[in-house]
Amino acid sequence: MGLFISTAHAAEAGESPLHQFEIHSLIDISAGSTNLSFTNSSLWMVVVTLAIILLLAVGMRRGSMVPGRLQSIAELSYEFVANMVRDNAGDGGKPYFPFIFTLFMFILFANMQGLIPKTFTFTSHIIVTFAMAAVVFIGVTVIGIVKHRLRFLTLFVPAGLPIFLVPLLVPIELISYIIRPITLSVRLFANMMAGHTLLVVLSGFAVSLSGFFVLPALAPLAVTAAMYGLETIVAFLQAYVFAVLTCLYLHDALHLHDH
Amino acid sequence: MEVEAAKMIGAGLAAIGLAGAGVGIGIIFGNYVSAGIRNPSAAPKMFGNALLGFALTEATGLFSLLIALIILFS
Repeated sequence: MGLFISTAHAAEAGESPLHQFEIHSLIDISAGSTNLSFTNSSLWMVVVTLAIILLLAVGMRRGSMVPGRLQSIAELSYEFVANMVRDNAGDGGKPYFPFIFTLFMFILFANMQGLIPKTFTFTSHIIVTFAMAAVVFIGVTVIGIVKHRLRFLTLFVPAGLPIFLVPLLVPIELISYIIRPITLSVRLFANMMAGHTLLVVLSGFAVSLSGFFVLPALAPLAVTAAMYGLETIVAFLQAYVFAVLTCLYLHDALHLHDH
Repeated sequence: MEVEAAKMIGAGLAAIGLAGAGVGIGIIFGNYVSAGIRNPSAAPKMFGNALLGFALTEATGLFSLLIALIILFS
């Protein structure tokens, strides 16, 4: 997204601010009636994955005692996620570190890449975020059931609950458990989409104002620049929140209520 | 009433939900600052939690903004 340049076009042509989220096919592939086209969304997923692999592979190639710039970034991100898993998932969370590291880096790079003008933010599509959230949800549930068998169901009964409150609270707990993938995915998707739409609308103000008054048009431009800073923070925070919540769900499945 | 006018009014009404997010974010950072003044040594440890609360609160507000945008542009 971003697209200061195409934003100007959009404002002139009177296009909708949601135009930037359009998916178009780059290479048409179809299997039977299923559309498997390689789209701009898939292209940027490949780019993001390659960028992460490049960062980690080139950064850790030498593995010197005194890290250089690239190696520092690789080590910092590793340590950051390792601390997150240790603090939030508790004991027994370590085997799942690679998954959470992958998830965090993928979302972080996707969000950050989306802030570069002329690119495409695939995390602003609910299908992408929902797929990730569904993987987390199903995975965590399976881990809980395999580890605790039927005792896993005590997750839905808060500890020390009076018996007459059970019929009331268990459905509430059950519903709040089942909507987890929805809240997890909508949080990321809504943040990305609302933020990028806001940027386009704000910069559209600057474009349409500059036709009449040049000086006052600087005000919406300044606001846009400030929002860009906020969006950068949000891009990082949402990746962090997604990873932390995955850790917390994992903690629930691994330890149920006892710590 | 014309559909266009009704859309505009509906989007405006949906955006009211953001007031709740504003209050929530204010409470989070207000409490973080006042707790940090009482016990400055514990403040850095709680900053991550404050940011987590900020992101979670902001997301609930964005749900209503999303509804407003969907009403406006679809």
